[in-house]
Amino acid sequence: MTKPRVYQTEAIVLKRTKLGEADRILTLYTPDYGKVRAVAKGSRRTISKLGGHVELLTHSSLLLAKGRNLDIITQAQTIHSFLPLKEDLRRMSCGLYISELIDSFTAEDEGSRQIFELLRETLEQLSHAEKSDTIVRYFEMHLLEFTGYRPQLQQCANCDGALKPVQNYFSSSQGGALCGDCSYEEPVVLPISLNALKVLRLWQGCDFANAVKVTIRPELALELEQLLREYIKYVLDRQLKSTAWLDLIK
Amino acid sequence: MDLTNIPTAEPIARLIEELGKLPGIGPKSATRLAYFLLQAENEKAESLANAIMGIKKNLSLCSTCFNITDITPCVICRDENRDRSKLCVVEEPADILPLERTKKYNGLYHVLHGVISPGDGIGPDQLKINELMTRLQDSPVTEIILATNPNTEGEATNMYIHSLVAPLNIHVTRLARGLPFGGDLEYADDVTLSRALEGRQDF
Repeated sequence: MTKPRVYQTEAIVLKRTKLGEADRILTLYTPDYGKVRAVAKGSRRTISKLGGHVELLTHSSLLLAKGRNLDIITQAQTIHSFLPLKEDLRRMSCGLYISELIDSFTAEDEGSRQIFELLRETLEQLSHAEKSDTIVRYFEMHLLEFTGYRPQLQQCANCDGALKPVQNYFSSSQGGALCGDCSYEEPVVLPISLNALKVLRLWQGCDFANAVKVTIRPELALELEQLLREYIKYVLDRQLKSTAWLDLIK
Repeated sequence: MDLTNIPTAEPIARLIEELGKLPGIGPKSATRLAYFLLQAENEKAESLANAIMGIKKNLSLCSTCFNITDITPCVICRDENRDRSKLCVVEEPADILPLERTKKYNGLYHVLHGVISPGDGIGPDQLKINELMTRLQDSPVTEIILATNPNTEGEATNMYIHSLVAPLNIHVTRLARGLPFGGDLEYADDVTLSRALEGRQDF
Protein backbone atom coordinates (compact mmCIF):
# COMPACT_ATOMS: atom_id res chain seq x y z
CA MET A 1 0.00 0.00 0.00
CA THR A 2 1.59 3.35 -0.96
CA LYS A 3 1.34 6.06 1.62
CA PRO A 4 -0.40 9.38 0.99
CA ARG A 5 1.48 12.59 1.80
CA VAL A 6 -0.01 12.76 5.28
CA TYR A 7 -1.34 9.56 6.74
CA GLN A 8 -2.70 8.17 9.95
CA THR A 9 -1.83 4.74 11.23
CA GLU A 10 -1.80 2.60 14.31
CA ALA A 11 1.68 1.48 15.25
CA ILE A 12 3.63 -0.43 17.85
CA VAL A 13 7.12 0.87 18.58
CA LEU A 14 9.74 -1.84 18.13
CA LYS A 15 13.01 0.02 18.34
CA ARG A 16 14.37 3.49 19.01
CA THR A 17 17.69 5.17 18.31
CA LYS A 18 18.84 8.69 19.07
CA LEU A 19 19.16 11.25 16.30
CA GLY A 20 20.78 14.64 16.78
CA GLU A 21 20.05 16.63 19.91
CA ALA A 22 16.42 15.93 20.66
CA ASP A 23 15.10 13.55 18.01
CA ARG A 24 14.67 9.81 17.69
CA ILE A 25 14.38 7.39 14.80
CA LEU A 26 11.69 4.82 15.53
CA THR A 27 11.15 1.43 13.99
CA LEU A 28 7.39 0.88 13.98
CA TYR A 29 5.14 -1.98 13.06
CA THR A 30 1.86 -0.98 11.44
CA PRO A 31 -1.15 -2.98 10.22
CA ASP A 32 -1.32 -1.48 6.74
CA TYR A 33 2.25 -0.54 5.91
CA GLY A 34 4.13 -3.20 7.81
CA LYS A 35 7.48 -2.14 9.22
CA VAL A 36 8.08 1.60 8.96
CA ARG A 37 10.93 3.80 10.14
CA ALA A 38 10.05 7.35 11.12
CA VAL A 39 11.49 10.35 12.91
CA ALA A 40 9.96 11.52 16.18
CA LYS A 41 11.18 15.10 16.23
CA GLY A 42 11.82 16.60 19.64
CA SER A 43 10.73 13.43 21.44
CA ARG A 44 13.75 13.47 23.77
CA ARG A 45 12.85 16.86 25.20
CA THR A 46 11.23 16.73 28.63
CA ILE A 47 8.30 18.75 27.39
CA SER A 48 7.50 16.91 24.20
CA LYS A 49 4.05 16.33 22.75
CA LEU A 50 5.21 12.96 21.56
CA GLY A 51 7.00 11.79 24.72
CA GLY A 52 5.54 8.65 26.18
CA HIS A 53 3.23 8.13 23.20
CA VAL A 54 6.19 6.89 21.18
CA GLU A 55 7.83 4.86 23.91
CA LEU A 56 9.06 1.32 23.20
CA LEU A 57 6.36 -1.37 23.21
CA THR A 58 3.54 1.15 23.07
CA HIS A 59 0.53 0.88 20.78
CA SER A 60 -0.32 4.35 19.49
CA SER A 61 -2.26 6.13 16.83
CA LEU A 62 0.14 8.25 14.80
CA LEU A 63 -0.13 10.97 12.20
CA LEU A 64 2.82 10.98 9.85
CA ALA A 65 3.98 13.23 7.05
CA LYS A 66 5.99 11.81 4.19
CA GLY A 67 9.58 13.00 4.33
CA ARG A 68 12.41 12.89 1.81
CA ASN A 69 14.14 9.99 3.55
CA LEU A 70 12.14 9.12 6.60
CA ASP A 71 8.56 10.00 7.41
CA ILE A 72 8.01 12.37 10.29
CA ILE A 73 5.62 11.77 13.17
CA THR A 74 3.59 14.90 13.75
CA GLN A 75 1.05 13.65 16.27
CA ALA A 76 0.79 10.64 18.55
CA GLN A 77 -1.83 9.34 20.94
CA THR A 78 -1.46 6.20 23.04
CA ILE A 79 -4.00 3.48 22.43
CA HIS A 80 -2.50 0.95 24.80
CA SER A 81 0.61 1.46 26.93
CA PHE A 82 0.92 -2.18 28.13
CA LEU A 83 1.99 -0.75 31.47
CA PRO A 84 1.92 -4.02 33.50
CA LEU A 85 4.41 -5.49 31.05
CA LYS A 86 6.81 -2.64 31.70
CA GLU A 87 6.74 -3.01 35.45
CA ASP A 88 8.11 -6.53 35.45
CA LEU A 89 11.64 -7.21 34.26
CA ARG A 90 10.96 -10.67 32.89
CA ARG A 91 7.88 -9.70 30.92
CA MET A 92 9.45 -6.52 29.63
CA SER A 93 12.44 -8.54 28.46
CA CYS A 94 10.10 -10.94 26.63
CA GLY A 95 8.48 -7.91 24.99
CA LEU A 96 11.86 -6.62 23.84
CA TYR A 97 12.74 -10.08 22.52
CA ILE A 98 9.63 -10.32 20.38
CA SER A 99 10.29 -6.80 19.08
CA GLU A 100 13.71 -7.89 17.96
CA LEU A 101 12.18 -10.98 16.37
CA ILE A 102 9.68 -9.01 14.32
CA ASP A 103 12.36 -6.51 13.35
CA SER A 104 14.58 -9.38 12.17
CA PHE A 105 11.89 -11.29 10.31
CA THR A 106 10.37 -8.40 8.38
CA ALA A 107 11.77 -5.94 5.90
CA GLU A 108 10.74 -2.31 5.64
CA ASP A 109 7.42 -1.52 4.06
CA GLU A 110 6.64 -5.18 4.06
CA GLY A 111 4.33 -6.91 6.43
CA SER A 112 0.83 -7.78 7.20
CA ARG A 113 -2.11 -7.09 9.40
CA GLN A 114 -1.82 -10.65 10.68
CA ILE A 115 1.64 -9.98 12.05
CA PHE A 116 0.48 -6.71 13.61
CA GLU A 117 -2.45 -8.45 15.31
CA LEU A 118 -0.15 -11.22 16.53
CA LEU A 119 2.25 -8.66 18.00
CA ARG A 120 -0.54 -6.68 19.62
CA GLU A 121 -2.18 -9.74 21.11
CA THR A 122 1.13 -11.11 22.36
CA LEU A 123 1.96 -7.86 24.17
CA GLU A 124 -1.50 -7.87 25.68
CA GLN A 125 -1.10 -11.47 26.84
CA LEU A 126 2.32 -10.66 28.30
CA SER A 127 0.72 -7.81 30.23
CA HIS A 128 -1.82 -10.05 31.93
CA ALA A 129 -0.84 -13.66 31.96
CA GLU A 130 1.77 -15.40 34.03
CA LYS A 131 3.02 -17.89 31.48
CA SER A 132 5.46 -15.69 29.63
CA ASP A 133 7.32 -18.74 28.24
CA THR A 134 4.21 -20.17 26.60
CA ILE A 135 3.21 -16.78 25.23
CA VAL A 136 6.61 -16.22 23.65
CA ARG A 137 6.70 -19.74 22.13
CA TYR A 138 3.21 -19.24 20.69
CA PHE A 139 4.35 -15.94 19.20
CA GLU A 140 7.44 -17.58 17.69
CA MET A 141 5.39 -20.40 16.09
CA HIS A 142 2.92 -18.01 14.53
CA LEU A 143 5.49 -15.47 13.38
CA LEU A 144 7.30 -18.34 11.66
CA GLU A 145 4.05 -19.32 10.01
CA PHE A 146 3.15 -15.81 8.86
CA THR A 147 6.58 -15.27 7.37
CA GLY A 148 6.53 -18.56 5.48
CA TYR A 149 8.56 -20.74 7.83
CA ARG A 150 5.83 -22.83 9.44
CA PRO A 151 7.53 -25.99 10.75
CA GLN A 152 6.15 -29.23 9.33
CA LEU A 153 5.06 -31.23 12.36
CA GLN A 154 2.18 -33.30 11.04
CA GLN A 155 4.30 -35.72 9.04
CA CYS A 156 7.93 -36.27 8.12
CA ALA A 157 9.28 -33.14 6.47
CA ASN A 158 11.41 -35.23 4.13
CA CYS A 159 9.36 -38.27 3.06
CA ASP A 160 5.84 -37.22 4.16
CA GLY A 161 5.66 -40.47 6.09
CA ALA A 162 3.95 -40.74 9.45
CA LEU A 163 5.72 -39.64 12.59
CA LYS A 164 5.61 -42.40 15.17
CA PRO A 165 4.53 -41.55 18.74
CA VAL A 166 8.05 -41.68 20.08
CA GLN A 167 10.94 -39.26 20.20
CA ASN A 168 11.57 -37.96 16.69
CA TYR A 169 14.08 -35.54 15.24
CA PHE A 170 13.77 -31.94 14.12
CA SER A 171 15.74 -30.62 11.17
CA SER A 172 16.02 -26.87 10.72
CA SER A 173 17.23 -27.23 7.15
CA GLN A 174 14.27 -29.46 6.25
CA GLY A 175 11.95 -27.19 8.19
CA GLY A 176 10.23 -29.78 10.29
CA ALA A 177 10.21 -33.07 12.12
CA LEU A 178 11.80 -36.13 10.53
CA CYS A 179 10.81 -39.74 10.92
CA GLY A 180 13.34 -42.21 12.33
CA ASP A 181 14.67 -43.32 8.93
CA CYS A 182 15.02 -39.86 7.40
CA SER A 183 16.77 -38.55 10.49
CA TYR A 184 19.72 -40.85 9.82
CA GLU A 185 20.34 -39.13 6.50
CA GLU A 186 20.29 -35.66 7.98
CA PRO A 187 23.63 -34.44 9.41
CA VAL A 188 22.22 -31.94 11.91
CA VAL A 189 19.08 -32.79 13.84
CA LEU A 190 17.65 -31.96 17.25
CA PRO A 191 15.76 -34.54 19.23
CA ILE A 192 12.14 -33.60 19.73
CA SER A 193 10.24 -35.41 22.46
CA LEU A 194 6.74 -36.67 21.89
CA ASN A 195 5.32 -34.12 24.32
CA ALA A 196 7.12 -31.29 22.56
CA LEU A 197 5.72 -32.44 19.23
CA LYS A 198 2.21 -32.62 20.65
CA VAL A 199 2.36 -29.17 22.24
CA LEU A 200 3.76 -27.52 19.13
CA ARG A 201 1.12 -29.14 16.97
CA LEU A 202 -1.56 -27.94 19.39
CA TRP A 203 -0.23 -24.38 19.35
CA GLN A 204 -0.07 -24.34 15.56
CA GLY A 205 -3.77 -24.96 15.40
CA CYS A 206 -5.29 -23.10 18.33
CA ASP A 207 -5.76 -19.52 19.46
CA PHE A 208 -3.95 -17.70 22.26
CA ALA A 209 -6.65 -18.30 24.85
CA ASN A 210 -6.39 -22.04 24.46
CA ALA A 211 -2.63 -22.07 24.05
CA VAL A 212 -2.04 -20.59 27.51
CA LYS A 213 -4.32 -23.14 29.16
CA VAL A 214 -1.75 -25.89 28.68
CA THR A 215 0.52 -26.45 31.65
CA ILE A 216 4.10 -27.03 30.62
CA ARG A 217 6.64 -28.52 32.99
CA PRO A 218 10.00 -26.69 33.21
CA GLU A 219 11.96 -29.40 31.34
CA LEU A 220 9.50 -29.31 28.45
CA ALA A 221 9.51 -25.50 28.44
CA LEU A 222 13.28 -25.53 28.17
CA GLU A 223 13.21 -28.09 25.35
CA LEU A 224 10.71 -26.01 23.40
CA GLU A 225 12.73 -22.85 23.95
CA GLN A 226 15.97 -24.46 22.72
CA LEU A 227 14.30 -26.06 19.72
CA LEU A 228 12.66 -22.90 18.50
CA ARG A 229 15.77 -20.86 19.22
CA GLU A 230 17.81 -23.20 17.00
CA TYR A 231 15.26 -23.14 14.22
CA ILE A 232 14.95 -19.35 14.32
CA LYS A 233 18.74 -19.01 14.34
CA TYR A 234 18.87 -21.18 11.23
CA VAL A 235 16.13 -19.26 9.44
CA LEU A 236 17.59 -15.83 10.26
CA ASP A 237 21.16 -17.05 9.80
CA ARG A 238 22.20 -15.28 12.97
CA GLN A 239 21.82 -15.21 16.73
CA LEU A 240 19.40 -12.67 18.18
CA LYS A 241 20.98 -10.18 20.55
CA SER A 242 18.33 -10.23 23.23
CA THR A 243 18.59 -13.97 23.91
CA ALA A 244 21.75 -13.40 25.96
CA TRP A 245 19.82 -11.03 28.22
CA LEU A 246 16.87 -13.40 28.55
CA ASP A 247 19.22 -16.17 29.67
CA LEU A 248 20.88 -13.85 32.18
CA ILE A 249 17.73 -12.81 33.98
CA LYS A 250 16.39 -16.32 34.44
CA MET B 1 32.57 20.82 2.58
CA ASP B 2 34.41 20.79 -0.73
CA LEU B 3 36.29 24.03 -1.24
CA THR B 4 38.63 22.70 -3.90
CA ASN B 5 37.16 24.87 -6.64
CA ILE B 6 36.87 28.00 -4.52
CA PRO B 7 40.17 29.86 -3.98
CA THR B 8 40.55 29.81 -0.17
CA ALA B 9 43.74 30.00 1.86
CA GLU B 10 44.59 26.47 2.90
CA PRO B 11 44.58 26.99 6.71
CA ILE B 12 41.10 28.54 6.58
CA ALA B 13 39.77 25.82 4.34
CA ARG B 14 41.17 23.22 6.74
CA LEU B 15 39.62 24.87 9.81
CA ILE B 16 36.23 25.14 8.09
CA GLU B 17 36.42 21.48 7.19
CA GLU B 18 37.35 20.43 10.73
CA LEU B 19 34.66 22.59 12.36
CA GLY B 20 32.13 21.17 9.91
CA LYS B 21 32.77 17.72 11.35
CA LEU B 22 31.26 18.71 14.70
CA PRO B 23 27.63 17.70 15.26
CA GLY B 24 25.10 20.35 14.35
CA ILE B 25 27.70 22.53 12.61
CA GLY B 26 26.98 22.89 8.91
CA PRO B 27 29.07 24.68 6.24
CA LYS B 28 27.71 28.15 7.03
CA SER B 29 28.24 27.84 10.79
CA ALA B 30 31.69 26.40 10.22
CA THR B 31 32.62 29.33 7.96
CA ARG B 32 31.23 31.86 10.43
CA LEU B 33 33.19 30.32 13.32
CA ALA B 34 36.36 30.09 11.25
CA TYR B 35 36.26 33.77 10.32
CA PHE B 36 35.45 34.75 13.90
CA LEU B 37 38.55 32.94 15.13
CA LEU B 38 40.59 34.51 12.35
CA GLN B 39 39.68 38.00 13.49
CA ALA B 40 39.89 37.28 17.24
CA GLU B 41 43.01 37.85 19.31
CA ASN B 42 45.64 35.14 19.25
CA GLU B 43 44.94 34.25 22.90
CA LYS B 44 41.33 33.35 22.10
CA ALA B 45 42.36 30.93 19.39
CA GLU B 46 45.19 29.45 21.47
CA SER B 47 43.08 28.91 24.56
CA LEU B 48 40.42 27.15 22.45
CA ALA B 49 43.06 24.94 20.87
CA ASN B 50 44.57 24.12 24.28
CA ALA B 51 41.17 23.36 25.80
CA ILE B 52 40.45 20.91 22.98
CA MET B 53 43.82 19.20 23.45
CA GLY B 54 43.26 19.22 27.21
CA ILE B 55 40.14 17.10 27.17
CA LYS B 56 41.71 14.45 25.03
CA LYS B 57 45.01 14.27 26.88
CA ASN B 58 44.13 14.81 30.50
CA LEU B 59 40.77 13.18 31.02
CA SER B 60 39.96 9.68 32.08
CA LEU B 61 37.30 7.95 34.15
CA CYS B 62 37.19 8.18 37.94
CA SER B 63 38.16 4.80 39.38
CA THR B 64 35.32 4.93 41.88
CA CYS B 65 32.33 6.49 40.17
CA PHE B 66 33.35 6.45 36.46
CA ASN B 67 32.62 10.13 35.99
CA ILE B 68 34.89 11.97 33.58
CA THR B 69 37.74 13.50 35.54
CA ASP B 70 41.32 14.67 35.33
CA ILE B 71 42.29 13.26 38.72
CA THR B 72 41.23 9.93 40.12
CA PRO B 73 39.25 9.63 42.37
CA CYS B 74 37.33 12.61 40.99
CA VAL B 75 36.63 15.86 42.83
CA ILE B 76 33.16 14.65 43.92
CA CYS B 77 34.39 11.31 45.28
CA ARG B 78 37.23 13.06 47.10
CA ASP B 79 35.01 15.64 48.77
CA GLU B 80 34.91 14.78 52.49
CA ASN B 81 31.81 16.91 53.04
CA ARG B 82 29.62 14.77 50.83
CA ASP B 83 27.15 12.31 52.30
CA ARG B 84 28.69 8.91 51.71
CA SER B 85 25.55 7.07 52.67
CA LYS B 86 23.76 8.07 49.47
CA LEU B 87 24.64 6.91 45.98
CA CYS B 88 22.91 8.29 42.89
CA VAL B 89 23.12 6.07 39.81
CA VAL B 90 23.05 7.85 36.43
CA GLU B 91 23.40 6.77 32.81
CA GLU B 92 26.03 9.23 31.55
CA PRO B 93 28.53 11.71 33.03
CA ALA B 94 26.46 14.54 31.51
CA ASP B 95 23.55 13.56 33.78
CA ILE B 96 25.52 14.58 36.87
CA LEU B 97 25.57 18.27 35.89
CA PRO B 98 21.83 18.98 36.09
CA LEU B 99 21.60 17.06 39.37
CA GLU B 100 24.44 19.07 40.88
CA ARG B 101 22.81 22.30 39.66
CA THR B 102 19.78 21.66 41.87
CA LYS B 103 22.08 21.95 44.91
CA LYS B 104 19.71 19.53 46.60
CA TYR B 105 21.87 16.44 46.49
CA ASN B 106 24.94 15.98 48.61
CA GLY B 107 25.69 12.29 48.12
CA LEU B 108 27.96 10.47 45.70
CA TYR B 109 27.37 9.25 42.16
CA HIS B 110 27.89 6.18 40.01
CA VAL B 111 27.93 6.44 36.20
CA LEU B 112 26.80 3.37 34.24
CA HIS B 113 27.91 4.66 30.81
CA GLY B 114 24.76 3.49 29.15
CA VAL B 115 21.61 1.61 29.86
CA ILE B 116 20.41 -1.98 29.45
CA SER B 117 19.30 -2.45 25.86
CA PRO B 118 19.00 -6.13 24.97
CA GLY B 119 18.17 -5.47 21.32
CA ASP B 120 21.47 -3.62 20.90
CA GLY B 121 23.35 -6.32 22.80
CA ILE B 122 23.99 -4.05 25.78
CA GLY B 123 23.77 -6.04 28.99
CA PRO B 124 25.26 -5.60 32.46
CA ASP B 125 28.77 -6.53 31.30
CA GLN B 126 28.84 -3.62 28.86
CA LEU B 127 27.95 -1.17 31.63
CA LYS B 128 29.55 -0.34 34.96
CA ILE B 129 27.10 -2.51 36.92
CA ASN B 130 29.59 -5.08 38.19
CA GLU B 131 31.70 -2.16 39.37
CA LEU B 132 28.67 -0.78 41.21
CA MET B 133 28.19 -4.08 43.05
CA THR B 134 31.88 -4.23 43.97
CA ARG B 135 31.68 -0.68 45.26
CA LEU B 136 28.72 -1.54 47.49
CA GLN B 137 30.59 -4.28 49.31
CA ASP B 138 31.55 -3.07 52.81
CA SER B 139 30.46 0.45 51.98
CA PRO B 140 28.61 3.02 54.09
CA VAL B 141 25.89 3.32 51.40
CA THR B 142 22.39 3.02 52.87
CA GLU B 143 20.39 4.42 49.96
CA ILE B 144 20.71 4.04 46.20
CA ILE B 145 18.84 6.62 44.13
CA LEU B 146 18.12 5.39 40.62
CA ALA B 147 18.30 8.35 38.27
CA THR B 148 18.22 6.70 34.87
CA ASN B 149 16.08 8.22 32.13
CA PRO B 150 12.34 7.58 32.55
CA ASN B 151 11.89 5.25 29.59
CA THR B 152 11.67 1.52 28.97
CA GLU B 153 15.41 0.85 28.93
CA GLY B 154 15.94 3.07 31.99
CA GLU B 155 13.26 1.11 33.82
CA ALA B 156 14.74 -2.23 32.78
CA THR B 157 18.08 -1.04 34.16
CA ASN B 158 16.41 0.08 37.40
CA MET B 159 14.63 -3.23 37.86
CA TYR B 160 17.80 -5.18 37.22
CA ILE B 161 19.87 -3.12 39.65
CA HIS B 162 17.10 -3.40 42.23
CA SER B 163 17.15 -7.19 41.92
CA LEU B 164 20.90 -7.21 42.57
CA VAL B 165 20.85 -4.72 45.43
CA ALA B 166 17.73 -5.90 47.31
CA PRO B 167 19.50 -8.74 49.15
CA LEU B 168 22.11 -6.30 50.44
CA ASN B 169 19.69 -4.51 52.75
CA ILE B 170 20.25 -1.17 51.02
CA HIS B 171 17.27 1.10 50.47
CA VAL B 172 16.56 1.59 46.76
CA THR B 173 14.68 4.66 45.58
CA ARG B 174 13.99 6.18 42.17
CA LEU B 175 13.40 9.76 41.09
CA ALA B 176 9.72 10.77 41.08
CA ARG B 177 7.97 10.37 37.76
CA GLY B 178 5.08 12.42 36.47
CA LEU B 179 4.39 15.70 34.75
CA PRO B 180 7.35 17.88 33.81
CA PHE B 181 7.18 21.52 34.83
CA GLY B 182 6.02 23.60 31.87
CA GLY B 183 4.26 20.63 30.37
CA ASP B 184 0.67 20.27 29.24
CA LEU B 185 -1.84 17.81 30.67
CA GLU B 186 -3.52 17.56 27.30
CA TYR B 187 -0.49 16.03 25.64
CA ALA B 188 0.63 13.87 28.53
CA ASP B 189 0.62 10.14 27.82
CA ASP B 190 -1.17 7.48 29.89
CA VAL B 191 1.91 6.20 31.65
CA THR B 192 3.02 9.68 32.76
CA LEU B 193 -0.47 10.56 33.99
CA SER B 194 -1.01 7.31 35.88
CA ARG B 195 2.28 7.74 37.65
CA ALA B 196 1.56 11.39 38.35
CA LEU B 197 -1.76 10.36 39.93
CA GLU B 198 -0.17 7.56 41.91
CA GLY B 199 2.58 9.82 43.19
CA ARG B 200 0.37 12.70 44.19
CA GLN B 201 1.42 14.61 47.28
CA ASP B 202 -0.31 16.58 49.97
CA PHE B 203 -0.54 20.20 49.05
